[in-house]
Amino acid sequence: MTTTAPPPTDPRRGERTAIPAPWPGGRRRPLRVRLAPWMLLLPSAVILLVMTGYPLVRMMLNSLQEYGKAQIFGAPPEWVGVDNYVAILTDPEFWAVALRSFALMAVLVVVTMVLGILIALLMTRLGRVLRLLVQIGLLLAWAMPPLSAVVVWGWIVDTKYGLLNWVLNAVTASDTFTGHSWLIDPVSFFAVLVVIITWQSVPFVAFVVYAGLTQVPDEILEAAQLDGAGGPKRFFLIVVPYIRSILLVTVVLQMIWDLRVFTQVFTLQGMGGISSQTDVFGTYIYHLGTSNLGAAGAVSFVMVAMLLVISLYYVRKTVKDEEQ
Amino acid sequence: MSTSLSTAAASSTVAPVAAATALVGAPRPPARRPRAGRVRSAGARVALGIAAVVVFVCSVFPVYWMLNTSFKPNADVIAPTPQWWPENFTLRNYVTVLFEPARPDRANFPSSFVMSLGVTGLTLVICLVFAFLGALALSRFRFRGRRQFVIALLVVQMIPGEAMMFTLFGMIDGWRLLNTIIGLTIVYLAGVLPFTLWTLRGFVAGVPADLEEAAMIDGCSRGQAFWRITFPLLAPGLVATGVFAFIQAWNEFLMALIIMQSPGSYTLPIWLRAFQQSTQATNWAAIMAGSTLLAVPVVIFFLIVQGRMTGGLVSGAVKG
Repeated sequence: MTTTAPPPTDPRRGERTAIPAPWPGGRRRPLRVRLAPWMLLLPSAVILLVMTGYPLVRMMLNSLQEYGKAQIFGAPPEWVGVDNYVAILTDPEFWAVALRSFALMAVLVVVTMVLGILIALLMTRLGRVLRLLVQIGLLLAWAMPPLSAVVVWGWIVDTKYGLLNWVLNAVTASDTFTGHSWLIDPVSFFAVLVVIITWQSVPFVAFVVYAGLTQVPDEILEAAQLDGAGGPKRFFLIVVPYIRSILLVTVVLQMIWDLRVFTQVFTLQGMGGISSQTDVFGTYIYHLGTSNLGAAGAVSFVMVAMLLVISLYYVRKTVKDEEQ
Repeated sequence: MSTSLSTAAASSTVAPVAAATALVGAPRPPARRPRAGRVRSAGARVALGIAAVVVFVCSVFPVYWMLNTSFKPNADVIAPTPQWWPENFTLRNYVTVLFEPARPDRANFPSSFVMSLGVTGLTLVICLVFAFLGALALSRFRFRGRRQFVIALLVVQMIPGEAMMFTLFGMIDGWRLLNTIIGLTIVYLAGVLPFTLWTLRGFVAGVPADLEEAAMIDGCSRGQAFWRITFPLLAPGLVATGVFAFIQAWNEFLMALIIMQSPGSYTLPIWLRAFQQSTQATNWAAIMAGSTLLAVPVVIFFLIVQGRMTGGLVSGAVKG
């Protein structure tokens, strides 16, 4: 714990200093010195308190109020206790959205992790040129702005002129797919969404895992190989334990990001999806908020709570690492 | 991708990129070529080569298809058989997008570009200054409340922008800053600061305080020691985090959608969305040109920072 400054260290420089502390144990340091870090943090702290702290508090308060159209136009909001929470938690639509969001997240996390790990393993086994080729491809997909990515994929799956329908017609030697709409049906809407999001998030996993793989000592792998361990065995018994912490953090981050996805769903809905059948948390809150801020606040709060539970491990681990 | 201004204010766009660097770019030495996976048999080598090409093609194809489409005349774009190469190469779509006459009810590219540049630039500069000061505090001082601040920084990054968008809208509206660069910048600052501060802290911590102390023993003042010794070593970190702040602000979608509502104040992502909706199915080639124009700055900066990160790692200036 660092809540109290350790006396023997120079408070100006933290623990690393080699210079004897000018204010040896017991005596209080001058106010100027004790305030210095907070003066440095002040601009950031103000921004975060005003632009994140306050909205969070407001959101919580809103969620306890009747805050519909009338209130948005000036009527004083009325306190209704947990009514909004009861209302959303008994609304089948909320549960449909929650189920969709978590199912989407689960599929995305599994697909992204599996593909990312496979590509990372592939990279360790490629020669210089091919590895560079793969890395350039991944970087390009990764660097695309999400909006550009959705627009381009939307063009590929376009009902009338899309490449996908043409290819499927060519492959099946038929015209079954002429004018086939991929976004109108929720199932294929989400399939397209999974492809788009996976395409952009696999590079992150691949690069991170690849960085981890380069840390696994060759000697141990070679010894295992001599002892007769096959590829899968070496991977699960030696490599995975070595990179376990990287894998865990990656999974947690993917879960958070995939549960928070907004731009892609929202844009794809605008290109032909039916929002009532394809809403996830982000777009649901967005649509709900235009008419009922109280309910939107309640859903937001439930979502934040879920994200915090998921990320608890990540926060604890990061804080622990940071203090070493 | 799942993704985003990695926090509160900004919606899901680029966090993965940013956080990735935090992870990849953190404490590890430059990747050494792993030898364990030497492949001996010719068949296996061919299979791996094929897999590599498949990964490359899958990654690059949508980007290629965007470029390819953007250079075709619209008539070719909607031809029944797709052209795999812009046979009638034209720059006309870019001209259309760039110089399309402004209409009162519609945003045009130049004004949206200026808006994006303004918001992104302002966010970048203020964010770097604030984050730099904060990073100094977190990595050079041990003080009461430090741990709590660190936890707050992490937690704030989990809070989705959608959850707060209406309150933020109300605040910006109350300050009469809707449709202004200042209004959106304030919102973006809250979005990019936590991550930037967090990453910069790692860079500052990576420069040993001993270096400054040695300079001070040699007669520098504390300030001099900092500016002459530590600051130059931090340059790669500032560039890297700065470019990520740039990318996040440039790509941000949700808050811009809410706060920049009049066409004259659209940022590029909002312009692209509006442009697409107004021309959909009539001019896909122009839409692809617009998508390309939105992507080019990001891709360039991304490739730059990738190199810088590696450079920073190689020089050993950075250690988590």
